Amino acid sequence: MQVLKLIIGNALRHPLRTLLTTLGLLVAILSFGLLQTVVDAWYAGAARAAPNRLIVRNAVSLVVPLPIHYREKIRAVPGVRAVATSNWFAGVFKEPKNFFPQFAIDPLAYLGMYPEYLIKDDELREFLRDRQGVIIGRKLAQTHGLQVGDTMPLRGTIYPGNWEFVVRAIYDGVTPSTDTTLLFFQWQYLNDSLRIRAPLRANQAGVFVVQVEDAGRAAEIGLAIDQLFKNSPAETLTETEQAFQIGFVKQTESLVIAIRIVSFVVIFIILAVMANTMAMTARERRAEYATLKALGFGPGFLWQLILGESLALAIVGAGAGIALTFPVAQWFGAQMGTLFKSFVVSPETVWMQVICALVVGVLSAIIPAVQASRGRIVDGLRAVS
Amino acid sequence: MTIPLFYSLRNLWARKLTTVLTAAGMALVVFVFSAVQMLDTGLRQTLIATGQEDNIHVTRRSSNAEISSIVDRQQAAVIETQPEIALDANGVRLVSKEVVVLITLPKRETGVATNVTTRGIGLQGFALRPQLQIVAGRSFQPGASEVIVGSSIAQRFAGAAIGSQLRFGGREWRVVGHFAAKGSAYDSELWVDADQLQQAFRRNAWSAVVARLADAATLPAVQARLSEDPRLTLDIQSEQRFFEGQSKALSNFISYLGMTLSIIFSIGAMIGATITMYAAVATRTAEIGTLRALGFRRSSILIAFLSEAVFLGLVGGVVGVMFASLMQLVHISTLNWQSFSELAFDFVLTPKIIATSLAFALMMGLLGGFLPAVRAARMAIVDALRAV
Amino acid sequence: MANAEPAVAIRHLSKSYRRGGQKVVVLEDMSFDIQAGDFVALMGPSGSGKSTLLNLIAGIDRPDQGELRIGGIDINVLSESELADWRARHVGFIFQFYNLMPVLTAFENVELPLLLTELNARERREHVQLALDMVGLADRVTHYPSELSGGQQQRVAIARAIISDPTILVADEPTGDLDRVAAEDILALMERLNRELGKTIIMVTHDPQAAQRARSIKHLEKGMLVD
Repeated sequence: MQVLKLIIGNALRHPLRTLLTTLGLLVAILSFGLLQTVVDAWYAGAARAAPNRLIVRNAVSLVVPLPIHYREKIRAVPGVRAVATSNWFAGVFKEPKNFFPQFAIDPLAYLGMYPEYLIKDDELREFLRDRQGVIIGRKLAQTHGLQVGDTMPLRGTIYPGNWEFVVRAIYDGVTPSTDTTLLFFQWQYLNDSLRIRAPLRANQAGVFVVQVEDAGRAAEIGLAIDQLFKNSPAETLTETEQAFQIGFVKQTESLVIAIRIVSFVVIFIILAVMANTMAMTARERRAEYATLKALGFGPGFLWQLILGESLALAIVGAGAGIALTFPVAQWFGAQMGTLFKSFVVSPETVWMQVICALVVGVLSAIIPAVQASRGRIVDGLRAVS
Repeated sequence: MTIPLFYSLRNLWARKLTTVLTAAGMALVVFVFSAVQMLDTGLRQTLIATGQEDNIHVTRRSSNAEISSIVDRQQAAVIETQPEIALDANGVRLVSKEVVVLITLPKRETGVATNVTTRGIGLQGFALRPQLQIVAGRSFQPGASEVIVGSSIAQRFAGAAIGSQLRFGGREWRVVGHFAAKGSAYDSELWVDADQLQQAFRRNAWSAVVARLADAATLPAVQARLSEDPRLTLDIQSEQRFFEGQSKALSNFISYLGMTLSIIFSIGAMIGATITMYAAVATRTAEIGTLRALGFRRSSILIAFLSEAVFLGLVGGVVGVMFASLMQLVHISTLNWQSFSELAFDFVLTPKIIATSLAFALMMGLLGGFLPAVRAARMAIVDALRAV
Repeated sequence: MANAEPAVAIRHLSKSYRRGGQKVVVLEDMSFDIQAGDFVALMGPSGSGKSTLLNLIAGIDRPDQGELRIGGIDINVLSESELADWRARHVGFIFQFYNLMPVLTAFENVELPLLLTELNARERREHVQLALDMVGLADRVTHYPSELSGGQQQRVAIARAIISDPTILVADEPTGDLDRVAAEDILALMERLNRELGKTIIMVTHDPQAAQRARSIKHLEKGMLVD
């Protein structure tokens, strides 16, 4: 009890310094948490993918399309439950900076494979009825203030021209991490328009999304599909949705790695600040520590005092930082709009924050504690006055 | 009338551990600050170096990237016949009609399948890019399924060695040479014969047309004429502008994220400086009282403590920039969101970055030291002297 | 300085502090003169106001009421920065704990007040040499305070106090932190400064032996002069 009182009393002797140190820790732990969450958000698409979905794309590259008649051939492969086309549309809504993913899909087949998108029955019916209808995610709707019935013009980049759409449905996610920044419209509408505007580009699918009956046989079925089109003019490459997403993320990996490294830099910054605080504090108290030793307290007691104070500061600062991570992440995610599909602080992030704080607390105490417990009593006492 | 600077410096020296720790915190912030700018500069330089100033670059209107652009034969013919286009020594118009596709190649070390830009060029394509040189092997033969590989692709991708075969577009392509293009984006490309690439991908249109103007100053006139032509729905820009535009999204991302982080991190470092300087003021209270008694004004005390903090910042800044300059040895390759393909670039340190980083460091010192310096300057002499 | 004018003229000087909401009178309506060339010891028990009086005379504290003329200048009307400049020219300080800058050498400590003058580096060096000679530390110029004994540090402080040839020297318990031998040394030095160079010295002390060295002694009790 006495020790605890000493620790707390000591920590509060320089209220301003204590406040500043904990503030610094707060900022560091908070930004560390946010950066980890950014990295998580980057990989979120991959983590969310269902194992029973495959993506069939052109073996040359993602941007080279496949003939639409492959759809029926893929459907005939044993073990395939459903097939849907999906074309990346890349239209610009008002301004290029309003980026969000847009797909032209086979509505019923596609939505049937993605039970994580919740759509009201009546809205779905309206969407199916309207050739120019779109379904948009809740987050996308909120970002741009869109409601059912609003018109949504897109300027095509891959498919040139101006495209008029009407919002017919807004979907919600089953879990908070479900991506609700997407836009879907009917592939048939895209194709019909292309027949008139650019006939050569009609009847093509960007990728096929395939649902298999047994996730365990996904790899085998993927191989079977690729085998089917071997040596044809458009060879396919089939991978699980997860591998597909990771492949995409991997290409930007060097940036993600940079962010990850930088997020540890902030921990080192705060380590320097905290170690400095503890070193200064211990130097100022040399006489006190010498007195304690003269009274017969061993080095273990001094270790307890110094380590205790350092850890107390670390815990308070980090605790506040962790607590703030949640509202700040929510705010930050909202500001980023549709850039990140989901922006949720994971339990791993919190654990890493805790560990970083403890490491900083312990490391900062080492030098002062060693000095205090080794220093000669006489020298320490002389430091009085 | 001011307290000598060496008084401030020696005080920093007298408490080395604290000085080192505080400066180290600042150095880390400056490191992040300058590394981010170096990355951004490297990215931009790479893309600016890609375009020639007197080349025009034509793509479909608002397609933003070559891979989503289509220029048909008729449109290409109109471009080709513009009178401002330069002729080479043999009287041939300097025009290259190009096809750009993306193919996927595995990286040598990680095996990650990565999008690589493959450019099919016309006969004049080389003449239009004087920065490009064959550094190994030879160029491709027109009409043959042969490919030459940019230097950063050659380094990083499997199967890019001379003599090996690459498979894309339903056929095998033999690697016959490597080229270097002075650190431009072309270094991250594969080049082949345009006709061959068109056949392989069953394209009957071009992705872009590149042409040399006899006089770069005629660009606005050409732009104006072509944009009024109702047959053409094309963007006509200088090649340099086009490639500069290709860096925008990535560059914005890097600089915004980098600046945000630098500012947040600097708060931590400034808090460190504030703690240190408050402690310095507290332990030197009697000294401050003495200096005031000797006749030094409040402003002299303020300046002395501010200089101490600013010098802390300077040390942090110099160390941070020194470490950042080591980053020049690191190469970055990542997906460029606008061209959707692999792009390699370096960290580039410029005098401007050194200057802004040091200014940033001094600013951190100044802001961090401000409150403690004010406290020092505001002390009553009698109270300060009593603190012996 | 005009000889007719006293070095220090104090008229109806009052000073009080607030401590915990209570008003504590430290000096009450005090009037006296100190002639130029005098060596005055101020004595009295702690709390008698002797240190406060010294601070007021030295211009590092302000009185509540009364007039304070030093060398003919009314220092009450000076602004904060004018007062600082005035101190630089007219007051030399000697403190109980020497108050040297630990990061400066003996030479640099003595030179410090000269940085507030127009003298150039060469002139400053000559002055400092002279002052250190006078206190007998010519061979210690490059030493830092931590490398000097208490008595030596106090001599450096005295050299610093006389370097700018001030009107008055104020000393607050100059021997309070020294052993007998060193204290005698310092007092002898101060006596010499007074006798040979005509320096006006005002010294606060509670040590009767130290006070004996002064030409006159003034006793304070509860903020008033007694004797």
